[in-house]
Amino acid sequence: MANKAYQRIYTKLDAITKATVTLKASGASNDELAYVGDRLGQVVKTKNDSVTLQVFAGTEGIPTNAEVTFLGEPPTLTVGEQLSGRFFDAYGHPIDGGPEIEGEKRQIGGPSVNPYKRREPSELIPTGIAGIDLNNTIVSGQKIPFFADPDQPYNQVMADVALRADVDKIILAGMGLSNDDYLFFRHSFENAGVMDKIICFINTTENPPVERLLVPDMALTAAEYFAVDKNEKVLVLLTDMTLYADALSIVSNRMDQIPSKDSMPGSLYSDLAKIYEKAVQLPTGGSITIIAVTTLNDGDITHAIPDNTGYITEGQLYLRADADSGKVIIDPFRSLSRLKQRVQNKKTREDHSQVMNAGVRLYADAQNAKTKLENGFDLSDYDHRCLAYAKEYATRLLSIDVNISIEEMLDTAWELFGKYFTKAETGIKQSFIEKYWKGKE
Amino acid sequence: MKTTGKVTGIVSNLVTVQVDGPVAENELCYITLDGTPLMAEVIKVNGDRASVQVFESTRGLKNGDSVEFEGRMLEATLGPGLLSSVYDGLQNNLETMEGVFLKRGEYTDPLDHEKLWDFTPLANTGDKVVAADWLGEVKEGWLPHKIMVPFTFKGEYTVKSVVPEGQYTIDNVVAVLTNEQGDDVNVTMTQKWPVKVAIKAYREKPRPQKIMETGVRCIDTFNPIAEGGTGFIPGPFGCGKTVLQHAIAKQGDADVIVMAACGERANEVVEIFSEFPELIDPHTGRHLMERTTIICNTSNMPVAAREASVYTAMTICEYYRSMGLKCLLLADSTSRWAQALREMSNRMEELPGADAFPVDLSSIISNFYARAGMVVLNNGQTGAVTFIGTVSPAGGNLKEPVTESTQKAARCFYSLEQNRADQKRYPAVNPIDSYSKYLEYPEIAAYLDEHVEKGWAGKVQEAKNIVRRGRESYEQINILGDDGVPVSYHVSYWKSELIDFAFLQQDAFDEVDALCPLERQKFMLDLLLDICDKDFDFDDFEKCRDFFKELINDLRQMNYTKFQSKEFKEYEDRISKLAEDNGK
Repeated sequence: MANKAYQRIYTKLDAITKATVTLKASGASNDELAYVGDRLGQVVKTKNDSVTLQVFAGTEGIPTNAEVTFLGEPPTLTVGEQLSGRFFDAYGHPIDGGPEIEGEKRQIGGPSVNPYKRREPSELIPTGIAGIDLNNTIVSGQKIPFFADPDQPYNQVMADVALRADVDKIILAGMGLSNDDYLFFRHSFENAGVMDKIICFINTTENPPVERLLVPDMALTAAEYFAVDKNEKVLVLLTDMTLYADALSIVSNRMDQIPSKDSMPGSLYSDLAKIYEKAVQLPTGGSITIIAVTTLNDGDITHAIPDNTGYITEGQLYLRADADSGKVIIDPFRSLSRLKQRVQNKKTREDHSQVMNAGVRLYADAQNAKTKLENGFDLSDYDHRCLAYAKEYATRLLSIDVNISIEEMLDTAWELFGKYFTKAETGIKQSFIEKYWKGKE
Repeated sequence: MKTTGKVTGIVSNLVTVQVDGPVAENELCYITLDGTPLMAEVIKVNGDRASVQVFESTRGLKNGDSVEFEGRMLEATLGPGLLSSVYDGLQNNLETMEGVFLKRGEYTDPLDHEKLWDFTPLANTGDKVVAADWLGEVKEGWLPHKIMVPFTFKGEYTVKSVVPEGQYTIDNVVAVLTNEQGDDVNVTMTQKWPVKVAIKAYREKPRPQKIMETGVRCIDTFNPIAEGGTGFIPGPFGCGKTVLQHAIAKQGDADVIVMAACGERANEVVEIFSEFPELIDPHTGRHLMERTTIICNTSNMPVAAREASVYTAMTICEYYRSMGLKCLLLADSTSRWAQALREMSNRMEELPGADAFPVDLSSIISNFYARAGMVVLNNGQTGAVTFIGTVSPAGGNLKEPVTESTQKAARCFYSLEQNRADQKRYPAVNPIDSYSKYLEYPEIAAYLDEHVEKGWAGKVQEAKNIVRRGRESYEQINILGDDGVPVSYHVSYWKSELIDFAFLQQDAFDEVDALCPLERQKFMLDLLLDICDKDFDFDDFEKCRDFFKELINDLRQMNYTKFQSKEFKEYEDRISKLAEDNGK
């Protein structure tokens, strides 16, 4: 970056940690960017005449006489239509060999939408996956993460969902993405022939971890440009938010903050909420929908990261391998879409919610039967029917490789109810039974 | 002269200011950033350095920026027009703010200064009055909104004049009072009160006398909350905290509802203000929004204002309570408020308590809960603030500081259980672990005897025992197997399932089932206890199961039909016959 006349330059660092440097400087403003040598840093603390900078790329090799140049502004992204189809790094610079974007510079991590100016999310986003559409319907303007162990194919599922969703823009924020997964996304988007509606901000495992902190804000600033200025429907994919939170804990640790649960900073909830709450349905028709990934340690959702996430997001989709059907399924017990009531039975068939509840309840009965079986008890006829039902339900509806319409999902469910159960055992409202029941009387 | 200062340090929203004069704890100040005033509150003073928490983003703030202290604490503006408003945590009116995004430093007036209100005087010249006495009344929606002697007035006053009936704005002088020194003071329809101080302008605060109906069976019958009582709802995410709270907000028998969305999702607030204007209050037939005030500091709004939001909400409730009204305050979620305290305490580098929360967390929470209650006003009338807070325990583990502190302060405990939520048994309130201390109050027992039926508390206890016994039988069945226990164990288990499915579970999204008045609750409990009183003798556990499943199915269908309708009665007949045919 070329030096400009008004820039303030300093050449003496008082303290260096792995992620921060401290120096004496005047006139530094909170959140302002500065170059420390050739690396970008940001003001995170001022105290009397000392300023502490968080250096995104890490401080390895930075000498105490490094040149520090304050830039006078917080991180920005240049926005414009030309963002479409492009790949950027965490700082918003192109990594695809294309030209820099020209247009309006916007501060990232800007203000929140006035809650009063929001609208109720009410548009269905169909994905073809019954574990989502039937049991956990997603709505535009919603924010929902996949909870998955690292060995689950969450990036593949997310790419499938993104490509099937009817949206104007798909913005991928990759944090600590492996290079292979980055290329996977790139190829999937290219093969689907939708490059014109894709924008990617990528931090791979090859890049410094603290840089990741910029990625979601970059992606969401771009998303706000398209949703607010252009009234477009934008889908933002955040993967992997666990690695983002890890970067947060690195910085807070270096700044000597007292950690709370699981060595995460005490502000984790607010930090994550600031990102997820950018999901919005605007009155003008534009919307930002966020689908994220939070990887778990051996399915532990009580860890601070998934736990705080669960309190912020509007539900979660829980991926797990199902031994009975041999498929990866969306767990119907732990998964939830909080906004599903907004569209179920309204934008979908009238029997949707009742069929969904009956399907899951019977699947729960099958789990009880399985426990009995494992404990060596005799199974009743009902138990046997439940188990048979569960296997078919998992294969034909819960599995992530399903791709059918919601109508077909409901019909499939009725078919399974008729095949394995009596009307009373389903507990569905009489009027729907009369209309949709398939199979024996 | 106002005290001023200069910024000397910034860490996120904690700013250190060097001051040139006296400052008070919790005093408000404005920091000027490029001409924009940012509101902040003093939270610690050390020598000439004051630590202030800024209610806005501090991006761009510099050391040396100037600060001006206000000489007052954070105040709520009180007066007609509070109802049906949507405020942020600092009581800025969100409706009148311009633009899609919240602009930093934009503060809007909570009340409409142009609107004319129909004023009727209640006091006469020569009356002796004290703070909170009623001087007049305006109609706010359908509620009589009392214009009171400001709470800040100390001592006795004599009414010099009250304006005649007519239309006035909130800024018009409606009364002139003379204090004990003989000075005249003007009273308008609006007044201010510091939110962190409880309004205590009432005669006494007796124990709660009656229950507050919510239309939710597992609350009203099993663990009722008293009018002027306190309760809390802890639960892991996804267990239906918000749905349950919204149900209470929609159906709760109160004159005024204040909902504090404290650090929660913005879309949930949107749901309230897009749904409530359409919904009808079941008790008065008026639109729900007319009796509702929303205070929202959603999770992405500045953290410091989150703490302010619950206090602002409580102050508004206390204000309406002084008018002799029944108020219900719902705060979702108090854990977010506690986390906001933690963030600040952490930045100030205080020695942390458990889980890095500040050590005085427990006393802050109990002080807040103590502001609820039923009061007898100076004129002998009563008013009440009922408070229900939700708690979001980390990892769903109730052994954490916020839950434990709240448990000490609140009298009702509605424990939401992951296990029940997984099985879609909603509301997922655990019937055994949850409790209402009010059931032990002789006043409440007497109220129930009179308003529901004599011996009602005993019946509720009986139902709880059936559930408890059923759970024990279920454990035995699980250990010994279906065939390993006598069929009577299965009967006991299924009786508890009967109460669970037909009574405790309730469909918050069904038009009929969502709201179950106490009269219907009584009817259903009687019906269920009648069935459970019977002895059943089945050849094997499968017959037992099939019988109860059929019964449960009919009872659920019954819950979906209108009370005492033709369909309802048909189900009732079928159920009685089914029970008769199988019982001994």
